[in-house]
Amino acid sequence: MTRQLDAAAVPGTELPGTADLLAALDTVRDPELDEPVTALGFVASCSISPAGDARVHLRLPTYFCAPNFAFLMVADAYDAVAALPGVRRAEVVLDEHFASDAINGGVAAHAGFARSFDGEAVGELHDLRADFLRKAVMAGTDQVCRPLLAAGTDRARLLGLTLGEVPPSPALARLRERRAELGLPAGDDAPLLIDPRTGDPVRPDDLRLHLGRARLTRTSLEANGSICRGMLRHRYDSSREDEEAE
Amino acid sequence: MYEKDGEKYFVVDSHMHYWNAAPDNWVPGAEKYAKGWIECFHAYQSLGPPSTHWSIEHFQKYSEDDLMKDVFEDGYVDVAIFQPTYLTEWYKEGFNTTERNALMGERHPGKFLANTRFDPRDGDVGLKRLQADVDRYGSKGVKLYTAEWNNGSRGYKLSDPGAYRYLEAAQGMGIKNVHVHKGPTIWPLDKDAFDVSDVDHAATDFPELNFIVEHVGLPRIEDFCFMATQEPNVYAGLSVVIGGLMHARPKFFAKVMGELLFWVGEDKMTFGSDYGIWEPRWQIEGFVDWDYPSDEFSDFPRVTTATKKKILGLNAARLYDIEVPAEYQLPAQAGTPAAQDDAQLVAGA
Repeated sequence: MTRQLDAAAVPGTELPGTADLLAALDTVRDPELDEPVTALGFVASCSISPAGDARVHLRLPTYFCAPNFAFLMVADAYDAVAALPGVRRAEVVLDEHFASDAINGGVAAHAGFARSFDGEAVGELHDLRADFLRKAVMAGTDQVCRPLLAAGTDRARLLGLTLGEVPPSPALARLRERRAELGLPAGDDAPLLIDPRTGDPVRPDDLRLHLGRARLTRTSLEANGSICRGMLRHRYDSSREDEEAE
Repeated sequence: MYEKDGEKYFVVDSHMHYWNAAPDNWVPGAEKYAKGWIECFHAYQSLGPPSTHWSIEHFQKYSEDDLMKDVFEDGYVDVAIFQPTYLTEWYKEGFNTTERNALMGERHPGKFLANTRFDPRDGDVGLKRLQADVDRYGSKGVKLYTAEWNNGSRGYKLSDPGAYRYLEAAQGMGIKNVHVHKGPTIWPLDKDAFDVSDVDHAATDFPELNFIVEHVGLPRIEDFCFMATQEPNVYAGLSVVIGGLMHARPKFFAKVMGELLFWVGEDKMTFGSDYGIWEPRWQIEGFVDWDYPSDEFSDFPRVTTATKKKILGLNAARLYDIEVPAEYQLPAQAGTPAAQDDAQLVAGA
């Protein structure tokens, strides 16, 4: 379940605390929901020993959540925590999932996804991750465009806008990050509206459909997130604040 | 039948169950899966109003009397359609088999339709069993659960050659409606198990069959909607949308309904309570009272009484040739015309 990192803790390095672990886990997202595992309530616990042994438990809304996405989250959490200065060993454990053993064992051994599920998977998960990043780009496009339209920007005008011309916002920053992760244009001079598969600017004929799909994708992601939160709350009887997001 | 403000609604519950998931039905060695499955279902129930929640013990195994009371006596349903889910790797007698459902239904003539199922991995034996079930129970529909475990295989696609062989055979036996339920398959693990593109292929290649995608393809509503726009024989099964969102997340419910009415349209959406996950009563009452909560939704198609009559019963009655008394029917052309000119929208893509 654990793996000794090659580089032991550097003497004199200050030991990270729980807050540092959580900050590292903030960078780990549910690939389907495009939200941090911390905000989703998927981190059941995290701790670090005086010797620098970090231990993280993750939990999911159901026993049958999709195993491939679960694997990605556990693997990403392992990488994020193991990379913290001062962490000597990292252990990430997925609790109460039908594929817990295969996932925990595979991540701890850095076996890769295909080997963790010997004989069942064919290949690795890069394409799957990219598919969901493209969905995040579509949903993010709606998040950026909706306020512009509400403020009176003409729909056709969106076609000519570059990212640098859009007023800065957290949604815009996020959209740029997702596009950059996919290797899509994300600089100031890049068009706001692009095809998330090719990176080509959206053509005028496709504008209406593109914006419609962006809105639909955002609704879908957010509805999924709301169902997952409800299920998690039931499963773990959590008293987390759970207000409906806008 | 439900009546409100002088309007009468004929109600077809097109997706419901009569299951036994109590420990006496768990397969030895697979207890953790049987337990995990029913607990997952029970979590869904928590998304409904608290006064409708059941204890886990009651949820694992409810009685015939409970069902008749919840669905018909208290629940306004005129005709209910059983959708079987076998899961025989985890439940000794199956979770809710065609036989279990149909035998109960036979004691209440006129109240139920018993759909059956098939699994394309069952080969010739499965085809014979399908024929026997259709002969015995008069099924006009099948429920397919693509994530089902079967002899080491952990899921299949509707576009697999074996599935096509079954679809062709089922059509020959008189099956009209194919209810598809996606789930977290384990094979192939590196692909998205919830992807609905296999339904798209099958719907194109079997234009005489209707494909009702249950739970509107959740969690892939966006892919489902875009596919349904292009395929005239693809329908949205609303179980989980009403049960899981209307009470717990009213704002998301409005958004999802708006998108469904826009992309799929009110003529291709069907109500299903998903009983025993949720009781139909609160869902029907709430849906008849429902409208968009604010002006923010002005871009979406309007919701009318005709919209609700179609979704609650008339659409499913059409799919299953259920006779609807005249007082519940709509005048021809009633309701909101297809919200979106589908062909034009997609042709412009």
